[in-house]
Amino acid sequence: MDTSVDVLQQASPDLVRGGDTARAVKAARLSPSFVSWLQAGPMMLVFLAFFLIPLVFVVIVSFWDYNEYQLLPAFSGRGYTDTFEGCIAQLPDLCTIAKTYLKTLKLCFLVWAITLFLGFWVAYFLAFHVKSKTWQMGLSLLCTIPFWTSNVIRMIAWIPLLGRNGLVNSGLMKTGLINHPVEWLLFSEFSVVLALVHLFTFFMVVPIFNSMVRIDKALIEAAYDAGASGLQTLVNVIIPLSKPGIVIGSIFVITIVMGDFITIGVMGGQQIAAAGKIIETRVNALQFPAAAANAVILLAITFLIITMMSRIVDIKKEL
Amino acid sequence: MTETKGKTGVSRRTLLKGTAGLAGLAAGSGAITGFPYVMSAEPKVLRYLGTAVNEGDDISKQCLKDTGIKIEYITATTDDVTKRVMTQPNSFDVLDTEYFSLKKLVPSGNILALDAKKIKEFDNITPVFTKGETPGGKKIGNQGTAPWKVLYLEGKDSKKFATSATEFVTLIPTVYNADTLGIRPDIIKRPINSWSELLNPEFKGKASILNIPSIGIMDAAMVVESTGKYKYADKGNMTKEEIDLTMKVMTEAKKAGQFRAFWKDFNESVNLMASGETVIQSMWSPAVTKVRSMGIPCTFQPLKEGYRSWASGFCVSKGVSGAKLEWAYEFVNWFLSGYAGAYLNRQGYYSAVLSTAKAHMEPYEWAYWMEGKPAEKDIKAPDGSLLEKAGAVRDGGSYEERMGGVACWNAVMDENDYMVRKWNEFIAA
Repeated sequence: MDTSVDVLQQASPDLVRGGDTARAVKAARLSPSFVSWLQAGPMMLVFLAFFLIPLVFVVIVSFWDYNEYQLLPAFSGRGYTDTFEGCIAQLPDLCTIAKTYLKTLKLCFLVWAITLFLGFWVAYFLAFHVKSKTWQMGLSLLCTIPFWTSNVIRMIAWIPLLGRNGLVNSGLMKTGLINHPVEWLLFSEFSVVLALVHLFTFFMVVPIFNSMVRIDKALIEAAYDAGASGLQTLVNVIIPLSKPGIVIGSIFVITIVMGDFITIGVMGGQQIAAAGKIIETRVNALQFPAAAANAVILLAITFLIITMMSRIVDIKKEL
Repeated sequence: MTETKGKTGVSRRTLLKGTAGLAGLAAGSGAITGFPYVMSAEPKVLRYLGTAVNEGDDISKQCLKDTGIKIEYITATTDDVTKRVMTQPNSFDVLDTEYFSLKKLVPSGNILALDAKKIKEFDNITPVFTKGETPGGKKIGNQGTAPWKVLYLEGKDSKKFATSATEFVTLIPTVYNADTLGIRPDIIKRPINSWSELLNPEFKGKASILNIPSIGIMDAAMVVESTGKYKYADKGNMTKEEIDLTMKVMTEAKKAGQFRAFWKDFNESVNLMASGETVIQSMWSPAVTKVRSMGIPCTFQPLKEGYRSWASGFCVSKGVSGAKLEWAYEFVNWFLSGYAGAYLNRQGYYSAVLSTAKAHMEPYEWAYWMEGKPAEKDIKAPDGSLLEKAGAVRDGGSYEERMGGVACWNAVMDENDYMVRKWNEFIAA
């Protein structure tokens, strides 16, 4: 390479220098803001094409009418009115949609609280107790094991473990702790939460770990020198500085659980309602506008939760 | 030396070419069977959209061998097949779907009826489809979307179902069966003979129903009717009040903890039954076979109120014309010519043209599967695995008994939209 440049310079020094100037002029002509737009551009286009435009379509379709076999592009609120059917008439009983969302929110809250607790301590261990970078990497990779098999296989594998004749039940019966198999281990809210926690704790670990490793060790030493106890350091130094990670992890977990219907379906024995399940049933019945209306409602509620969370922590500022 | 070698090489190749050509000619003229069919200028390929029921590698291989038509399977669930016909009608050529979805498919105009005159075996199709009776003359229940109600169109491009026979056939029948409850006789240990047993408190926490609204509602209706709570005018076309009533009974049972789980796909139903999580549930015939092949006793229990039946058949996409349409006819004719029918019969389904399937089956196989007689020899699945030992008798007996005992058919109701909403309410309850 070097020789070729030399040769080139010897042959026509002007040419090479000319190229440099041309480049310099070009760079000068591009304003810094244009360069930033250019850098953000590809991502923006991808977002526009594959997220924003489809989303706009979903909102439009949610206000269309439909029959057994086609969409009728005429304005109709039927998708929404059908969804909230009986919400006033059935009072004080809750209507389907209210029940479904309460159940979904409950599951979401439980999964969020447990993954946060587990994720925080796993990340804490990885960031502060594991000294070598290699071990940190290795152990984080271990956290991905649940993702090595397909979603469906992973969920089916719970049946021999938690089922009526499963390992847990037969183990408990042998030790004499119970006489009859425990039924609530499988196809219950317990099993749904268990499976979701098993799947999504990783999404908490990664961002929290990422925040923790960026905490300046000098701050912890300073806290120690100033006489803070371990708990005080945790509450006053580590948790506040891990907040962005906690919020990002929470957003991951909440958005996934709010929209989940496969895990809830399989682990809940298809007997537990989920916001995503309603959408699926509607789509399968070719009632696209009703499905779209439900998707818009789900999106609005999820968005509300996330807005509230980012009110508590300004992620942009913290990053 | 090298030159000579080169020469012999060339001559050998020429010789090979010549033989292949001759063999091709011979195969083309039909003189030799078992050779690959000579391809025309355009390779004959048909994109085949359907559920996994009719799709087997053995069937597509045999079809290629016999007709030179290469079948490319596009496999989807029943709901997704319908969705695909609606949204991407040009993504397939041949459609294999169930009769009940015709109420959605025909008005969409995305499928093309086939001409009965071009179907060689059309007159030999079992009267189950054409007249609604068994070959022995037993009347079959007509509640729901029974195939004979939607078999013919008024005209080539008509969107109206004809009340009498015309030459325009919506779906050329291929396969059908009579479904009932699956049970674990080893755990239940007593005879079961009514759909009402699904809600018997004896099986609290050990029952299941399928969570596909259009099929689940039919099973639910069979259960409600058998408990004596209500008698439907047409289970397959309920009024809003009837839907409310059906879902109320099911919701009460659900709240009382009757159901262990609902299932949505084949493997889920097999898992529930094989693991003993459930002992009585709605089931499909091949799922029962699968549980049994795992060495676990499972019966596809005939019940006194009768079976819930389903049927499927072939039509083509509206985008198919010219040579491709001719291949489609060739393929459908081949499918009814016996090999595929025998293959389906051996899986416990029924084929649409019985005479041709019979010719492709051993007499002892026919006696076991179709006549309800004890197996003279071990009964094997199409893949050669053992299904039943000699002496076994098929659940539900003969073709006449099983198809004659059909009470209703899978259906799309007029109040489908309302039903789906109520089904969601049932799940959320």
